Amino acid sequence: MSPVDPHLSRYASRANGMTASEIRALFAVASRPEVVSLAGGMPDVSVLDFPTVGEVAAQVFLTNGATALQYGGGQGTPALREQLTQVLQAEAISARADDLVVTAGGQQALDLLARLFINAGDVVLAEGPSYVGALSAFGQYEPEIVHVPMDADGLIPEALSDRLDQMAAQGRRAKMLYTIPNHQNPAGVSLSTDRRHALLALAERHDLMVIEDNPYGMLDFKNEARTPLVTLAPERVIYVGTLSKIFSPGMRVGWVLAPRSVRDKLVLFKEASDLCQSNVTQAIAEAWLRTQPWQDHVRSFTELYRERCDAMLSEIQTAFPAEARVAAPTGGMFAWVQLPAGIDTGAMLPRAINARVAYVPGRAFYAGPGGEQQMRLNFSYATAERIREGIRRLGKLVNDEMSLLEAFGR
Amino acid sequence: MEPLRIAVIAGGLSLEREVSLHSGARVTAALESRGHEVTLLDVDSQVIDRIEEMKPDVAYLALHGRMGEDGTVQGLLELIGVPFTGPDARASALSWDKAVAKGVWRRHGIPTPDWISLSSDAVRDLGAARVLPRVIERLPMPLVVKPAQGGASMGVGYVNQESDLTDALIGSFRYHPVAVVERFVAGTEIAVSIVDGEPLPPVEIDLPGRDSHRHYDFSARYTPGATTLHAPARLPADVLDAATAAAVLAYEECGARHVTRVDMIVDPDGQPWLLELDTCPGMTETSLLPAAAEAAGESFPSLCERIVAAAIS
Repeated sequence: MSPVDPHLSRYASRANGMTASEIRALFAVASRPEVVSLAGGMPDVSVLDFPTVGEVAAQVFLTNGATALQYGGGQGTPALREQLTQVLQAEAISARADDLVVTAGGQQALDLLARLFINAGDVVLAEGPSYVGALSAFGQYEPEIVHVPMDADGLIPEALSDRLDQMAAQGRRAKMLYTIPNHQNPAGVSLSTDRRHALLALAERHDLMVIEDNPYGMLDFKNEARTPLVTLAPERVIYVGTLSKIFSPGMRVGWVLAPRSVRDKLVLFKEASDLCQSNVTQAIAEAWLRTQPWQDHVRSFTELYRERCDAMLSEIQTAFPAEARVAAPTGGMFAWVQLPAGIDTGAMLPRAINARVAYVPGRAFYAGPGGEQQMRLNFSYATAERIREGIRRLGKLVNDEMSLLEAFGR
Repeated sequence: MEPLRIAVIAGGLSLEREVSLHSGARVTAALESRGHEVTLLDVDSQVIDRIEEMKPDVAYLALHGRMGEDGTVQGLLELIGVPFTGPDARASALSWDKAVAKGVWRRHGIPTPDWISLSSDAVRDLGAARVLPRVIERLPMPLVVKPAQGGASMGVGYVNQESDLTDALIGSFRYHPVAVVERFVAGTEIAVSIVDGEPLPPVEIDLPGRDSHRHYDFSARYTPGATTLHAPARLPADVLDAATAAAVLAYEECGARHVTRVDMIVDPDGQPWLLELDTCPGMTETSLLPAAAEAAGESFPSLCERIVAAAIS
């Protein structure tokens, strides 16, 4: 018989784990309008005025077409990097345009950093739970990912210290710590100020590099100023930013702020990967930041998400079993819900799809075991009314699941 | 064959949506390559309006799972008078429910492993502590537990010892409120596809390194290379003849037509045991029906066209 995939024997070993997955297949249904999907991670770009975006884009071609339609440099255009320093300034980070490397979203920044730093078998520390896209980007380079638990104030420094001491006792050391200190994906919580200092003290003591990923920082429900790690330890912290949550993920504009030596190597990897960032989208993003009240849009995004988050939390209060726990998100786009003992959110997913509601099972956010009892819920995309409906459906199926487990004496 | 206007219907809201879209895309490309005018339609609330608007000569059903294989779509197509591929609404509904189909086979003397149907309500009302020991008493280990309705091996659990039964039942009930608890038959897993009344060579499912913990599950079905298919199956000719005869009989007794796949296990004595009948067989690269056709020297586009021809004859 002819082989089903003639390339099978040719794939690199890193493709070995890529098997068909039932959970992935179930998500095919989640994109249908009948399903209330709380599973995605999409910003609600309807906040933006599309005709204005069109005018800004048209101006780029009218005034700067020859450059926009040409190749560019590996570091990104100086004009965009200049505007990005203004975005950083809004987060209280002083940077020079020359310190930045523009990437295709924050995701490419994570890939390039992983390519630059991770050898197979290296230990990478990350919050538990952590962003699934970072776990995938790092996973390509075959590290050992060690999770550090969190609570309502973010990553727990004592737990980090324990992990580092355990490794030191075994004669091993971690290479880096990946953290999302603000409105973390998926946990929704932020790292307290004291803990920021404690984390960096540990990083200093164990000579640990820190990747600070900050896609959601400005989406703060209480408009609190949180000290960026990079301002406390600029030589130790590599900062990753993105326009995806404050303008548009479709633009694919992210950036890295890194010490010069790292920056130079990142530019070489960026060029090896895709030569350069699209000059078209760079020019549109630059013009957008220069001419539009983008900080007003950030406030609109934040206000919208805060209302939707409130709707989600209040509905959870009434629809979920009393034993369910959710740490109130400080901002961002996600709530992390812990369900009563015995419930496995991955195993429960088909029941959810049958009930026309979708979430992401918690185990997706761990490189190894973990997250079985948790689910991530998104509140940035569906309307408040749809969110309430979705939570009611979820609440019913969680109760059905509990009564089934109870019937079996579980 | 004269060029036809064909609606390929795929997708829908079933748990097997992704597999169905995959089958549908392949069937669409194959029929287009034979010069037909083909439109791929997703099943949603407007699907019947769109089919009526399109006025196809025939609808090709590439649906898997609930609202596709269960007779619902077939019933609607019968209502608006559009011919479609595969068994009619009644035969689809009957075959879709494993417990019902097994009952029909048993009545006609077709061998199927001994089983008990169990609903989650029954467990809840009567209490697991009363029900489970009786199941274990009645059926010898090992067992396999499956949702009575559903495909792609979703929700299927294997029970090697009594303590596994609870987990297997809970797992199955997450997919459907009725479970079929069946005696597990060890042997060679084969599938006999029947197109327009004619059986194709039986296909053997060979899982490398197969043991009691490795089964033909979702990942084994749809990851290219995870499973090796042998067609015809590597069994003696008389055994294959008997298996094929049983499959044809099951197909006839369920009132199937056009295209159907019968899954079974052949035990070490050469006895076939029928497991289920699939009225909308998968048409992906790793699916069993296309492999059977290939073994018979029939290309994929020709197979699709033959199924269409059966539906309009």
